[in-house]
Amino acid sequence: MVTNFKSGDKWRVYKSGPVCKVVTRAALLLSTLAAAVAAAAAEGPLIPAGDPTIWQMKRWSPYAAGIGIGVLSWLVFLLSDNTLGASGSYAKTAGMLEKFLRGRKVAERAYYRENPPEIGWGWMLLVGVVIGAFLSAYLSGDFRLGMIPPMWKDRIGTDVLLRWLTAFGGGILLGIGSRWADGCTSGHGISGTLQLVVSSWVAVICFFIGGVMTALIIYH
Amino acid sequence: MLNKLREHTPIQMTLGLLMGICFGFLLQKGGVTHYGIIMGQLLLSDWTVVTVMLSAVVTGMIGIYLLRIPSLVRLHKKSGSFGSTVIGGLIFGIGFALLGYCPGTVAGAVGQGSLDALLGGVLGMLLGTAIYSILYDRLERKILHVGEFGKITLPQLLGVGPWPVILSSTAAILLFMIILELAGI
Repeated sequence: MVTNFKSGDKWRVYKSGPVCKVVTRAALLLSTLAAAVAAAAAEGPLIPAGDPTIWQMKRWSPYAAGIGIGVLSWLVFLLSDNTLGASGSYAKTAGMLEKFLRGRKVAERAYYRENPPEIGWGWMLLVGVVIGAFLSAYLSGDFRLGMIPPMWKDRIGTDVLLRWLTAFGGGILLGIGSRWADGCTSGHGISGTLQLVVSSWVAVICFFIGGVMTALIIYH
Repeated sequence: MLNKLREHTPIQMTLGLLMGICFGFLLQKGGVTHYGIIMGQLLLSDWTVVTVMLSAVVTGMIGIYLLRIPSLVRLHKKSGSFGSTVIGGLIFGIGFALLGYCPGTVAGAVGQGSLDALLGGVLGMLLGTAIYSILYDRLERKILHVGEFGKITLPQLLGVGPWPVILSSTAAILLFMIILELAGI
């Protein structure tokens, strides 16, 4: 009944049955709809006056957003036999970039032999996150280009280099830590904990212990 | 039917993208792609991040374990150890607070125009994961397997069926949320 979606199978030639055709059409329809929404948003507000629609609201209740993510996780398990996760795709991207710059010998590294740097389901998911957040921010007028977040500006200052250095250093540690712990706030913090996996509960507690202690030092 | 769908690469690529769009949309609408909201959580003054996570966990947990009864889904368990999960988790936490986003929300922050997320966070993460791929050999031999606790779930650890754990953790999470609401944070 349930199959493994192994990385080796990903680029195999597929057989297309009637079910697959229906789903392809549905997927095409959904992407067309998403494109139409984006195009309409570019034209101006969907509804000119009155109360904002739910799509135009800057914020939903955190309970609603969380329940939505929970329901999404059912679909991810059911339709893709996979889990919501983000950090592995950064490693794949880094591997693809390094392979491009330094040649194929990069792929011989033990980590990349076990986790081949190639585009797969999770990589598409991460690209989708950027697009989805853009759509949400654009529809609600929350899209804003900026290097320094408001809270940083109020409490620390307007030095762009300081913010960049902190973010870049944080990013490096986040990249190392997420692969070291084999997951992030999505892969362990949501997908692992909802399956009641012991290592995921331990991981998310450690994420917050490290995070809270560091945050208290930064904003002492 | 499900097997065919799961093995169909073009459909899976499209589904991955669409599910990502939904995920990013929900993260942004939930407010957790904002630096201030995440730092508020790490300073324990704004509980939005934990509320979103726990709502997702309760909803996801009940659904996934129900879908598992007729074998429609299988679990994807990760193994863990002191050397991997605890040490890696603490390094992650330090990076989490310095950057102010996590790997999923930093992608969402890029989508909403936060340039510190793109030029600092994403570039840093690419370098960090590349550094890890170089360290991996040595870590694997010396640290990652220290103090293994295996590929197990809480019910397996406690030696009970899943439902007592699901019901009691749901009750505990709901109680925690009620306390947060009453405390007004």
